[in-house]
Amino acid sequence: MSLHTLSVLVEDKPGVLTRVAGLFAARGFNIDSLAVGPTHEPGLSRMTIVVNVDRKPLEQVTKQLNKLINVIKVLEHEPGEAVERELMLVKVRAEGDARARVIEIAEIFRARILDVTHRTLTIEATGAPDKLEALRELLGDFGIVELARTGRVALARGERSIRERGLRAVRQAKGA
Amino acid sequence: MKVTGAQALFMALEGEGVEIVFGIPGGAILPAYDPLIDSKIRHVLCRHEQGAGHAAEGYAWATGKVGVAMATSGPGGCNLVTALADAKMDSVPIVAITGQVPTPVVGNDAFQEADITGITMPITKHNFLVKDANELVETIRAAFHIARTGRPGPVLVDIPKDVQLQEITWRWPEEVDLPGYKPTTKGNLKQVREAVKLIMASERPVLYVGGGVIKADAAKELYRLAVDGRLPVVTTLMARGAFPDDHELALGMPGMHGNYAAVTAMQKADLLIALGARFDDRVTGQLSTFAPHAKVIHVDIDPAEIGKNRAADVPIVGDAKDVIVKLHGELKRRQDEAGGVPDRSAWLATLERWKREYPLRYEQPSDGPIKPQFAIQRLYEHAKDAIVVSGVGQHQMWASQFWRFSEPRTWINSGGLGTMGFAVPAALGAAAGRPDRRVIAIDGDGCFQMTAQELATSTTERIPVIVAIINNAYLGMVRQWQQLFYNERYSQVYLSHDVPDYVKLAEAYGAVGLRAEHPDEVDAVIEKALSVTDRSVVIDFRCDPAEMCFPMVPAGASNDDIILGPEFAKPAEDPAEAPIA
Repeated sequence: MSLHTLSVLVEDKPGVLTRVAGLFAARGFNIDSLAVGPTHEPGLSRMTIVVNVDRKPLEQVTKQLNKLINVIKVLEHEPGEAVERELMLVKVRAEGDARARVIEIAEIFRARILDVTHRTLTIEATGAPDKLEALRELLGDFGIVELARTGRVALARGERSIRERGLRAVRQAKGA
Repeated sequence: MKVTGAQALFMALEGEGVEIVFGIPGGAILPAYDPLIDSKIRHVLCRHEQGAGHAAEGYAWATGKVGVAMATSGPGGCNLVTALADAKMDSVPIVAITGQVPTPVVGNDAFQEADITGITMPITKHNFLVKDANELVETIRAAFHIARTGRPGPVLVDIPKDVQLQEITWRWPEEVDLPGYKPTTKGNLKQVREAVKLIMASERPVLYVGGGVIKADAAKELYRLAVDGRLPVVTTLMARGAFPDDHELALGMPGMHGNYAAVTAMQKADLLIALGARFDDRVTGQLSTFAPHAKVIHVDIDPAEIGKNRAADVPIVGDAKDVIVKLHGELKRRQDEAGGVPDRSAWLATLERWKREYPLRYEQPSDGPIKPQFAIQRLYEHAKDAIVVSGVGQHQMWASQFWRFSEPRTWINSGGLGTMGFAVPAALGAAAGRPDRRVIAIDGDGCFQMTAQELATSTTERIPVIVAIINNAYLGMVRQWQQLFYNERYSQVYLSHDVPDYVKLAEAYGAVGLRAEHPDEVDAVIEKALSVTDRSVVIDFRCDPAEMCFPMVPAGASNDDIILGPEFAKPAEDPAEAPIA
């Protein structure tokens, strides 16, 4: 199995998240991360779903997503063909000597410090998922108090929008 | 014009061409039942919401129109669940209208509240909760559009009580705006040409015809394609009647209890032309050994079915009728160029031999007991033009095997979900939609008892049907599996021939009750049943409990290992080796 990033343009209707999540659960597909937010077009939301499947089930995922009435477009991002970012908030222990080292690491990762207490620092970092993973690992040495990640969001590289891109699986099925 | 949401609902249903609604009123749907009185739409008062749901399905199967079921909130909607799941699996176009508790208390665990849109999300094609009556009419329009187009299916519209009472200005939207719903109906011509190349090159082709051909009303087009291309045809359980069984090119039903010729033709084929079929496990048996030599042309309106179970060499997304017409045109052109149909006489002769050497068979001892197949065959001989509805189990397989279908929409059953109790209410719905035809439910004794209450509906609503109970005193298919795969250890399958007394039960419901206990009585009972036209008839065929349904491909086994009859069935040594699923 491997990770695949899907962008899903949906109508902003009640229950659409449940429909998408329910479809993954019912068909036994594993969601690695899922991020939802509004787009620049009124009434449309965009989900970025990272799914852990093989190639053939992935085709089923995209086809089944397309069957949902509220789903307008599904785009599978080929590795390297998209810019992918995620935001992480992490509260880390930073007392005594540790504080300077935590701040140093944060600077290397171009992370920002959002909150300071006597015992902790809360850090905001954005980046590609592997960068955040590296930061998390380094901060782990100091003791992570809590952590929240948004899940990945992605846009395809190049000039075109999701609406202008076809879905490969459907094109293949239609034999176009 | 000012109307209430409830009035708008019925005006919208009338606008969608609805003639009949099957339902039961209750608290949260009360406002909608008031304008019903003034509407020209007929309401059939069922005795259980599941019955209303299956009746809507039967109506849709028989007429090709959208069936409508109506129920109240909470338990009303919950009782529709089985019918909705059934309609989803078998792509039956129905719209369910449910009442909901008033919007201010939605989510408060109010009396008779259930989150029916949440519950039915995975078993509907789509569903809606209408929170503002100004959106009600366009929602109803969208529901019907979604139910009847593309791959058909069930749609539920949940309407809170206050929305039914809300006053709005009537407006009929001409267009349905569903930006995310654009089914592909036109088959790609380039793919059609690729498909025809495969057909022309094929020595052992088989047309694998599924329910999509019935849904697309493409039986005539299929006939031309099969006959002009000299292409043998198998019709799945969902497609019985799509091609006449008496035609020389007809091989019958494939699958777990399919005809030997149909099953084996697919195994030996070098090309399967799948039309509106989905390579269901009941057809393929063990997938890895299914039709091992065959290339596959897969035509389906649902792109997700293509490549789901079996990779397609030539996938074509589109409506079966559109694609069949295109395939036929292109095939004729290529055949004319080539100077005729490719010579496949050896293949056709082999198929003919299999049909002759391995027919369906059973033996009816003259001194009884009645064999189920005999009862069904005699029914067929007396009522060839009837619409046949079945439940689920042995009787369903025997009905599909022994009825000789000659036209589409004359066979109605629960295929995908396998819903016991489907037959009586579905027959009611079919009879309501096709009052010009005799409707015969061939039911099992187990199935019948699950929804028999709809006989009351049939009597009070004057929608007569014939229910032929293949009464073998057992949950017969489960018994058969226990006999074959569980060392004849019969666990919880005995129902009794006599409880209930089906004749008395029929009479209690205002129907005619008849019984045949001996083979000699079968014809007379059938003739008597057919002579009754003003009320329903229940026939209690006391059948042999030990009769098993063959041929059989045990679940999970290869279609190559088809068992032709009881003498070839080896009991499993160890129940742990019993087939899965």
